Amino acid sequence: MGHGSMHQSASAARTDQPLLSLRNINMTFGGVKALKNVTFEVRPGEVHCLAGENGSGKSTLIKVITGVYRPAEGAIIEYDGDVYPHMSPVTAQERGIQVIWQDLALFPEMSVAENIAFHEVLGRPRLVDYSRMRQIAIEALSRLGITLDVDLPLKEYAIAQRQIVAIARALVGEAKVVFMDEPTASLTQSETDYLLEIVRGLSASGVAVVFVSHRLAEVLEISSRITVLRDGALVGVYPADGMTQSKITELMTGKTFDQHVRARAKDDQPVVLDVRGLGSPGQFEDVSLTVRRGETVGITGLLGAGRSELALALFGMLKPTSGTFSIDGREARFASNRDAIKAGVAYLSEDRLSLGLIQPQSIADNLVIASLHKILSGGLLSDDRKRSLVARWIADLGVKIGHQADAISTLSGGNQQRVAIAKWLATDPKLLILDSPTVGVDVGARAGIFDIVAKLAESGLAIILISDEVPEVYFNADRVLHMAQGRIVGIYDPHQTRLEEIEAAVYA
Amino acid sequence: MHSLIRTHATEISLLGVIVVISAVLSFATANFFSLGNAFDLLNISSVNIIFAVGLLVVLIAGGIDISFAVAASVVQYGTAIALGWIGGGGWLSGFVIAASLGVLLGCVNALLIHRFRIISIVATIATFNIYFGLLMFFTRGVSIYDLPDWLTDRVILFEREMPDGTWIEITLPVLVMIICVVATWTLITRTTIGRQLFAFGDNPEGARRFGINIGAMQFIAFGWLGLMAGIGGLVQAHYAQEVVPNALYGRELDVLAAVVLGGARLGGGKGTVLGCVLGVLLISITQNGLNLMGVSPFAFKMIIGAIILIAITLSNTRLERLLPFAGWKGTRR
Repeated sequence: MGHGSMHQSASAARTDQPLLSLRNINMTFGGVKALKNVTFEVRPGEVHCLAGENGSGKSTLIKVITGVYRPAEGAIIEYDGDVYPHMSPVTAQERGIQVIWQDLALFPEMSVAENIAFHEVLGRPRLVDYSRMRQIAIEALSRLGITLDVDLPLKEYAIAQRQIVAIARALVGEAKVVFMDEPTASLTQSETDYLLEIVRGLSASGVAVVFVSHRLAEVLEISSRITVLRDGALVGVYPADGMTQSKITELMTGKTFDQHVRARAKDDQPVVLDVRGLGSPGQFEDVSLTVRRGETVGITGLLGAGRSELALALFGMLKPTSGTFSIDGREARFASNRDAIKAGVAYLSEDRLSLGLIQPQSIADNLVIASLHKILSGGLLSDDRKRSLVARWIADLGVKIGHQADAISTLSGGNQQRVAIAKWLATDPKLLILDSPTVGVDVGARAGIFDIVAKLAESGLAIILISDEVPEVYFNADRVLHMAQGRIVGIYDPHQTRLEEIEAAVYA
Repeated sequence: MHSLIRTHATEISLLGVIVVISAVLSFATANFFSLGNAFDLLNISSVNIIFAVGLLVVLIAGGIDISFAVAASVVQYGTAIALGWIGGGGWLSGFVIAASLGVLLGCVNALLIHRFRIISIVATIATFNIYFGLLMFFTRGVSIYDLPDWLTDRVILFEREMPDGTWIEITLPVLVMIICVVATWTLITRTTIGRQLFAFGDNPEGARRFGINIGAMQFIAFGWLGLMAGIGGLVQAHYAQEVVPNALYGRELDVLAAVVLGGARLGGGKGTVLGCVLGVLLISITQNGLNLMGVSPFAFKMIIGAIILIAITLSNTRLERLLPFAGWKGTRR
């Protein structure tokens, strides 16, 4: 049973015989079809990208392949010559299917060696063989061409190295195919390049890599084929050659986006923020810039270039040691961010999940947290005022919510970001600093966020838009500043400079 | 060497604090700096160290336990009564009974936490009250003085008079303490179960994905603390030569402070046996020194509170900040 067809397909594809092939994959959660008759195929040693918006079924598919979920009756999973109706986590691991989860599932307090050779402490109770664990770890790392001090606790290493530790751990189990779920989400550009290099090395050594990423540029750079999912169904499988970012976006969302430069000259407007020679040792130096009413100034540069630190200084959370800045002509001396908020500065932090929003709390409570004084009635918080304030902003920014009292964690990334922006708009800011506002937001929803940004600028807000994705600032800012090693090293007008030129300068 | 300093910053700074305090005390008092006093300290601290290494295991696994000290009191009563039934018993039967009762009480906590999904601090505050309430209700607060002779006779394993005229002695509590310390050290650093406990405390979701048995982790951690509480309870009864129902009441916070002082993290995944022992010793040394200096016992708690704050501040920030890389790490937030 099923055996005959297996032989047939094997003879049909001679050279590109798939390592893993899934057919008829259906998956339902509480009446919602998460996967609809999906097929998926990975060839040995290829880098295959799985693309799709949040909720398109990527993670569900990975969980089916790795045996975390059991697909509906009728599914066929062919792997390396065997046919399974469903996988189990143990079988998947034993057969060389490894996953690197987005949150890595590492143990920061334990040593690098223990993290890599963690399977050595599983199973029946026995004494730990540390020297064996060290040896396994060193071997796995050397396969990647990396040396780390395997005795140090993992927390001593930065996120990029932790990523490498996670990869090394996947390799210990003789992996044939490694799934990487958003491996570059928290990496800088140079760290990403490093990771992509490792992925290429794995592929060259015959290990297939299935890559899930929001960053389409690196998807195109690294993968040979791209499988696109939308709403739980397969859209198609495409060779990466000849693909463009906008084409993938169209396939993922089913909509077309035309990107055009929005930059406008705002020289006639009054200056809202005037920064002169601002510096903080080891973080940024001699930064001067102005932002006018209604102007959007984009700041780009690699992570660690001092962008976020500059933003924190403008927001009163980091004390600059040299230079000055003024808001609306009044010199700003902020003892804390409370002063900054009072002076009209709002800062949407880079890390929305942990810093920007309080996940278990309601949408309404998150939205009003920075402007509680506005919903007071006789000195106490008024539910009525809260409701109307929240309703106004929800409508203004087009946030799709069920109920104001729902937890913020029930919203999609794009809608969460809208609430985070609304939270700051409710403080009536003059200057809005958006630090990486599209991290963790779907491509489709990104356009919506930038439409809001454009509308806000139109209404007279001064905006600083920080992003390490050059196209974002290029298409959405009136001016683009390039920061590197704490300094502004380039100023560009999107109307006069080509995107590729700026990208070349930033990613050089 | 460098990585040794980095990974053992807490222990090293604790040792430093102990050395400084000892130096001050040896100038301030005539009797502090003697071998006899050092061994006294060890004898006095034994019970707390036994409790502390037990609690350490629970903290490493990401839990907390408020009930172990009163559980030890319950064990003392239970053991005294059970020994009465079997007609006196001896050290072996005493330890077996006390250890079993202790493990049982610890497993009650694990059951509440694992089976009924009650967070450990709430579960153990509840059992703390239940154990103590039951104890006071059934004993009506009456102490037991007629313990078997073998239990109340001091057992001196080694003694010798020193040239300075003081006596050094190693008593049974010290031996039991050393066994408990070595056993706990072996458990958490040398066995796969111990490493699983660390992993579970460090990242419970990660541990779950590896197929680590979460329930087993809770029962092992709280069972181990129960075991230590039982043994510590019996040793305390031996040391005090009586069983008083509220003798250990309040001890849980002293021990908890000492363990956290020793570098264990509330929240799991971190802690060492050495740090734990040093934490207990630091508090004992301070208490002993204040005693010798003739400071009013009423001032003890205040001074010890201050020492805990100072030592924790030192071990958490100063030493690490003195090392290179610290500033570099700060900029990445």
